[in-house]
Amino acid sequence: MEELKQISADAEAAINAVSGLADLEQMRVDYLGKKGALTAVLKGLSQLPPDQRPAAGALVNEVKAHLQTLINERKVTLETIALEQKLSAEAVDVTAPGRGQGTGGLHPVSVTIDRIEALFSAMGFASVEGPEIEDDYHNFTALNIPESHPARAMHDTFYVDATHVLRTHTSPVQVRVMESQEPPLRIICPGRVYRCDSDLTHTPMFHQVEGLLIDEQSSFADLKGLIEVFLQRFFEKDLEVRFRPSYFPFTEPSAEVDIQCVHCSGSGCRVCSQTGWLEVMGCGMVHPAVFEGTQIDAQRFSGFAFGMGVERLAMLRYGVTDLRLFFDNDLRFLAQFR
Amino acid sequence: MKISEQWLRELVPHTLNVNDLSHQLTMAGLEVDAIEPVAGAFENVVVGEIIDAQPHPDADKLRVCKVTVGSGESLQIVCGAPNARVGLKAPVALVGAVLPGDFSIKASKLRGVESEGMLCAEAELGLSESSDGLMELATDAPIGESLRRYLSLEDHSIEIGLTPNRADCLSALGIAREISVLTGVTQSDMPALSVTENSDAAIRVLVTAGSQCAVYAARVVEGLDNTGPTPVWMTERLRRSGIRCKDPLVDVTNYVMLELGQPMHAFDADKVVGAITVRTAGASESMTLLDGKLINLPEGALLITDEEGPIAFAGVMGGQRTAISATTTAVVLESAFFAPHALAGQARKLGMHTDASHRFERGVDFALAERALDRATGLLISLTGGHAGPVSVVRHDDQLPSRDLVKLNARALQRALGVAIESKEVDHILNGLGLDTQATPEGWICSVPSWRFDIAIEADLIEEVARIYGYNKLPVSQIYAALDMPIKPETATPASRIRRYLAARDLREVITYSFIEPKLAEAFGDMASAVVLRNPISEDLSVMRSSLVPGLVAVAHTNSSRQQSRVRIFELGLAFEGTDGYLQTPKVALLIGGRAEPERVGNRSATVDFFDLKGEVEALLRHFGIHEVSYASAEVKGFHPGQTASISVGGAIVGHLGQVHPSVQKALGLSQPVFAAEMNRSVLSCGSVPSFTPVSKYPEVRRDVAVVVDQNLPVATLVECAKDALGALHKEAFVFDVYTGQGVSEGLKSVAIGLTLADQSRTLSESDVSEAMAQVIESLKKTCNAELR
Repeated sequence: MEELKQISADAEAAINAVSGLADLEQMRVDYLGKKGALTAVLKGLSQLPPDQRPAAGALVNEVKAHLQTLINERKVTLETIALEQKLSAEAVDVTAPGRGQGTGGLHPVSVTIDRIEALFSAMGFASVEGPEIEDDYHNFTALNIPESHPARAMHDTFYVDATHVLRTHTSPVQVRVMESQEPPLRIICPGRVYRCDSDLTHTPMFHQVEGLLIDEQSSFADLKGLIEVFLQRFFEKDLEVRFRPSYFPFTEPSAEVDIQCVHCSGSGCRVCSQTGWLEVMGCGMVHPAVFEGTQIDAQRFSGFAFGMGVERLAMLRYGVTDLRLFFDNDLRFLAQFR
Repeated sequence: MKISEQWLRELVPHTLNVNDLSHQLTMAGLEVDAIEPVAGAFENVVVGEIIDAQPHPDADKLRVCKVTVGSGESLQIVCGAPNARVGLKAPVALVGAVLPGDFSIKASKLRGVESEGMLCAEAELGLSESSDGLMELATDAPIGESLRRYLSLEDHSIEIGLTPNRADCLSALGIAREISVLTGVTQSDMPALSVTENSDAAIRVLVTAGSQCAVYAARVVEGLDNTGPTPVWMTERLRRSGIRCKDPLVDVTNYVMLELGQPMHAFDADKVVGAITVRTAGASESMTLLDGKLINLPEGALLITDEEGPIAFAGVMGGQRTAISATTTAVVLESAFFAPHALAGQARKLGMHTDASHRFERGVDFALAERALDRATGLLISLTGGHAGPVSVVRHDDQLPSRDLVKLNARALQRALGVAIESKEVDHILNGLGLDTQATPEGWICSVPSWRFDIAIEADLIEEVARIYGYNKLPVSQIYAALDMPIKPETATPASRIRRYLAARDLREVITYSFIEPKLAEAFGDMASAVVLRNPISEDLSVMRSSLVPGLVAVAHTNSSRQQSRVRIFELGLAFEGTDGYLQTPKVALLIGGRAEPERVGNRSATVDFFDLKGEVEALLRHFGIHEVSYASAEVKGFHPGQTASISVGGAIVGHLGQVHPSVQKALGLSQPVFAAEMNRSVLSCGSVPSFTPVSKYPEVRRDVAVVVDQNLPVATLVECAKDALGALHKEAFVFDVYTGQGVSEGLKSVAIGLTLADQSRTLSESDVSEAMAQVIESLKKTCNAELR
C-alpha cells in the first residue's frame, strides 16, 4: 500500500503542475487508463490474501475517485485560462472607426419642404406638383395678371418662347388644381420657381410652397389662424405673427405676413434690420377673377391662398447667412444637414 | 415714393411722431421702407455771404474769403471750392460747430493763412450724397440765420414702398388722404387756385387717339423769366422726395406732380410748330428725347406731335426739339390723362422708366388734369412772372375709365372677415377714402373716386374696410372641415422617400440650377431638342437641362477643386426637352467618384468603378419593389462606350448608368473618373404590392458550376440559361467568380455560377440534383457554347 500512496502523491503533484489540456489528458490515461498505474495496482490486488482484498480494493477506488476529481478540477481551471488567453488575444481597439460607408443627407431646401409638407399634411393638405415650363395663361392671365398689368413688371420672367415662361411662382399649380378638381380643396404645391435676377440676395432659381384652401366657409380669420399656427409650429416657438395689407393680383384682401424676429425675439438686430419683424410669407383670399376661369361656383365657395419662400424659411430656421450657398452645393455646407 | 414728413403734417395736422406714423402707414398697406433725417446732425451753421475773395498767397486752388454772418466782424475763411465767389450766400460752419461725423470746426491756419470757420458744401451737411462745390443759398437767404431753421431741417424723408395698385398714393395729397382716414384728423384745405388769364396766346390741340388720351389740357404762358431761383421751400420739398432741382419751370412741373400726382410737361412754346396733335405712332417713327437719345418709337406708341413731328413720347419723356432752357420765355404746359393701357409696357420696351411713366402706367386721377394745370400756372407765374393764356382742352369723356357703382353686402363682409364691423365704422372708412356710400337694406352702394383704379368689385371694398380697420384687429379662427381619409397607393413612391433612401446609402442630395452651360448641355445631350432661354441671366445659365447628369458632374468638379475628392451625390428634378410641346420629365440621378469607401482603417481603398454604381442602382430599384430589371450595353452621349448600360424595366428603357466619358471628364477638368446613373422617377412607383408565396419546408441544395465561355458573352446570358434549365427547381442563381488568365485560353473566360435548388413539396434526392445539374451543363453547352471547366 506504500506503492499506492506513492502513486497518489506523484499523480497529485503532476496534475497540479500540468499546464496543457492535452498533457492533462495524457496524465489521466497514465494513471486511470486501462494500462494506467492505478489499473495495474488494482490488477495486483489478486495477489493479496482474500481477507485484505476488499479493504485494499476500496482504498484503490478511493484514490482513483480522488484523482479523477483532481483531473476534472484541473481541466476546468486550464479551460478557463485558455479562454481568457484567447479573449485577451482577440481584444480590439474599440476607438478605431467602424468599417463601411459614411452617411449621406438631404439638401436643406428638401428638409424644409419635408417639414412644411408634414405640418400641412396633418391638416389634410395634399401635395401637388406642376410643370416648371408654364404657359403664360397659367402663370399670369389666370392669376388676374393680364398682359398690360404692371404686376408683370414685378416678376422678372424667363421666357422660353413668346407664350411660355419658366414659372415665376408656384401659384399656377393652384390654378391647375382649381381647373381639374372639385372643392373642398386643401393643397400645397412645393417646387422650383425662376426669376431673372441674381445678386447677393437673389438667385435666378429658388423654391416656393404655395397653399390653397377652397371650401364653403372660409374666411380671412381662418387664413390668419392657419398661418399663425403654421409659423409657430415650423419655428417651434410661440412667436408673434402680424398681417400687413399688401397687393397680389390673385388674392384680395392680400397680406404680407411678418413674424417676430427669430434671431432677437423682436428687440431688433441685424437679421431683422432693427425692425424686430421678418417678412416671411404672402397670402390672401382667392380673387374672384381667379375663380372665373374655373368651374368652381364662386357664390358657393370661397378660399384663400398663401405662398412662402423655402430658402427664406430655411435660412431663418438654420441660421444660414448667404442665400447663394444653397446652390453652390459645397459638400461641406451640405454635410451640416440631415 | 419718398416724401417729407413735415409736408404731410401740414396737409394733415396729426400729432403722431414719425415712428408711429410710419407704423400706421405700414399696417395700412403703405409699407414704410425707410425713415431718414433730411440733414445730418450739425449745429452752429448759419447763412453767410462772401463779401471778398482773394487768391491764397501760397496755394493756387485756395481762396481767402471774407464772409459776413451778420453780427460782428466778418470772418476770414480759406476755401477751396471752385464756386467761392463774391456775393455767394452759403452755409458757414462757425468755430465751435460740429458737423456730421463728429467733425469739429476750429480756428486754424491753412497754408499759413488764418481760417475762422468753414464754408460748407451740401454733402458736408448730410444734405446730399455728393456735391461739387459750396451749397448755393438763395440770394434772399437771411444772413446770420441758423441754417437748420432757415431750411426747416427738423424733418424726415419717409420712403414708402407702394404696391402697384396704389398709384393714388404717389403724391402728397394721396398719402395725406390715407393719414387722415387712419388718424381721424381732417385734411387741411389745399391752396386756392385762381389764375388770371391775361394773354391771348393759345395752342390748338387735336386728339386723334381719344381712347388712349381721354383728357388733354394745355395752356401757353408767355413772358416768363426762367433764370431766377426756385424758392427754398419748393426746392427743399423736392430734395426731400429725391428730385433734383433744375430751373423754375422744371421744378414747378415736378412739384405739382409730387403734390397732386399729375405728371406734367412743359414745351418751349417758341419751338412748337403749329397745333399739337395727340396720336399714335406709325411704322418706323423716331425721335430724339430730352436726354439726347434717339429712339425708334414702337408702332402704336402714344405721341404728342406738332406739325413737324413728335415732340414727346406721351407720358414718358419729352423731345429735345421743344425742350425748355434757361432762355425760354414762353411755354406750353401740358396736363393730360393718358390711359394706363396706352402706357403699359411702352417705356419698359425701350428700357425706360420715368416718374411720369410710372404714374401713368398705374393710373393717374383723371379728374385732375385741369386743376393741376391751374396749380402749375399759378406757381409758375409767382416764380417767373408771365401771362397765362386760355386753357385748350380736348376731352373724350366716353373714353374715361369707368367708375361703376360697387355693392358691398354686409353679410359678405362679415363672412369674408369673420367679424361684424359696425356700419358706422364702414361708412367712416369708405367716406374717408373718398367713396360716397349709400345705405341699402343689404349693405352699401359705393361710388368710386376718380383716383382709385383698384376698386371695381365687392372684394376690393372688403379689402379697403379690412385694411383701414386693421388686419391685426380681425379675429383668428381654426379651420373646420370634414375629415376625409386620402387615397394612398402602396406602390406610389413620393420623392421624399426616394431622397431619404438615397441619403441612407451615403449619398448627399444636391440642388443644381435647371439651366446649364451650353458646353455641358452639348456634352450630354442633343442641342437640336434642347430648350434654350430667350433671356438667360447669362450665357452659362442658358440651356434647360435635358439630363440631371451634367449638373452633378459640375458639382463633382466644384467639390474636387475644393479638395473634396470623394463625391457621392444625387438630385431629383425635371429634365426638359423641346419636342412635342415641352416635355418635362421627373428624373432621379446619382453620381459617384473617388474612393469607394471613406478613408478609414479597414475600409476598401479602391476607387469606385462601374459595379459600385450598378450596386446602388440595383439596390434602389429593389428597395422600391422593382424586380423585372435588365441591363444591356448601351451607347449614351457623354458616357464611356464600354462602361455604360441601359436600364430596362418590363422591357422599356427607363434610364442608364455608366462612366462619364473620359474625354468629357477631361474637358470638364475633372481629375478622376466619375460614374453617373439617371432614371425616370416614375419607374420607382411601378413596383408591385408583394404577393406571398409559401416558404419551402424542404432543404435547399447548393451546387456550383464553372464553365469556360467566349470572353464577350454576357454572364447574364449564362445565368438566364441555367435558370431556364433548372425550371421549377430554380431558387437562386448568381455569378460568383469570373476569371481570365493562366489556364484559360486567350479570348475565353471562366465563369463560376452558384445555383440553389429546392422543391416546394419534397426533399430533393441526390439523383434529382445530379439530373438537374446535367441538364444545366447540357443547356450551357448548347446555348452558350460553354465548356465545363
